[in-house]
Amino acid sequence: MDRVAGPDEESAEWLRVLDPAAPDHDAGLARLHERLLAIARGELRRRHVLVSGPEQDDLAHQAAADAMLAILAKVATYRGESRFTTWAYRFVMLEVSHKLGRHYWRSAPEALPDEQWDRLPDRIGVDPHARAEARELAAVVRAAVAENLTEHQRTLFVEIVLDGVPLEAVCARDGTSRGAVYKAIFDARRKIRAALVANGYLPPREGESA
Amino acid sequence: MNARELLDRFLLTDSRDVGCDDALAVLHVYVELVAQDPDAAAARYAGVAVHLAACGPCQDDFAGLLATLP
Ligand SMILES: [Zn+2]
Repeated sequence: MDRVAGPDEESAEWLRVLDPAAPDHDAGLARLHERLLAIARGELRRRHVLVSGPEQDDLAHQAAADAMLAILAKVATYRGESRFTTWAYRFVMLEVSHKLGRHYWRSAPEALPDEQWDRLPDRIGVDPHARAEARELAAVVRAAVAENLTEHQRTLFVEIVLDGVPLEAVCARDGTSRGAVYKAIFDARRKIRAALVANGYLPPREGESA
Repeated sequence: MNARELLDRFLLTDSRDVGCDDALAVLHVYVELVAQDPDAAAARYAGVAVHLAACGPCQDDFAGLLATLP
């Protein structure tokens, strides 16, 4: 479907009221904040996070407030390609993810370094009864990780894949972007796979040389 | 699926994957298109669809945004 020129009526109304010159600007801001808060609360419920009632509400308020700041700072970049609310709620989702990432460390489980590699088969869904196969698999991946990844990639791979730390929690702790961490893990997976294809453990795909 | 096949599937990356930044930049447009016409969304934004299938955090944001649509 082709996009119609200009935003729909409801979106246009949001844009009008977000103009500081609008006579009802303050009321509009209050209405938007109320919406963002409701969306943040709903999203926290949808994600089934293990956060207590008052704490969860606190996270919702923080996410709504920061989403509001982002929206007001970026409203000039809204191009009417979607409803205004869809565009605006995206900031709520990002803030909810970020706040939950930060919150993770308040009750993060203790890492058990000795057993890290034993967890790999389980992480990728290998039947725990296939013990010999699982042990071999963990050993070949461990060797490929040691030989092929940079220190940075290795650390992130172990933390996110083996320890199961949420990617957003790593971002919140290190002050890095989601994209940068995802890329590091993406490159790590690619390099490990290439090494395992090269040594014959995994078969090459079509158009891929062993 | 045996252990090697599971590992292969876990390690396999798709070169069409646009990454988080590009996926998030169009998420509001993509999500409305998915709600309207999923096939058109997958065709027009193949790299975004591939990314969302592989990236947990972006998938979470996408699912949350989809749930807000009227
Ligand atoms: Zn992503």
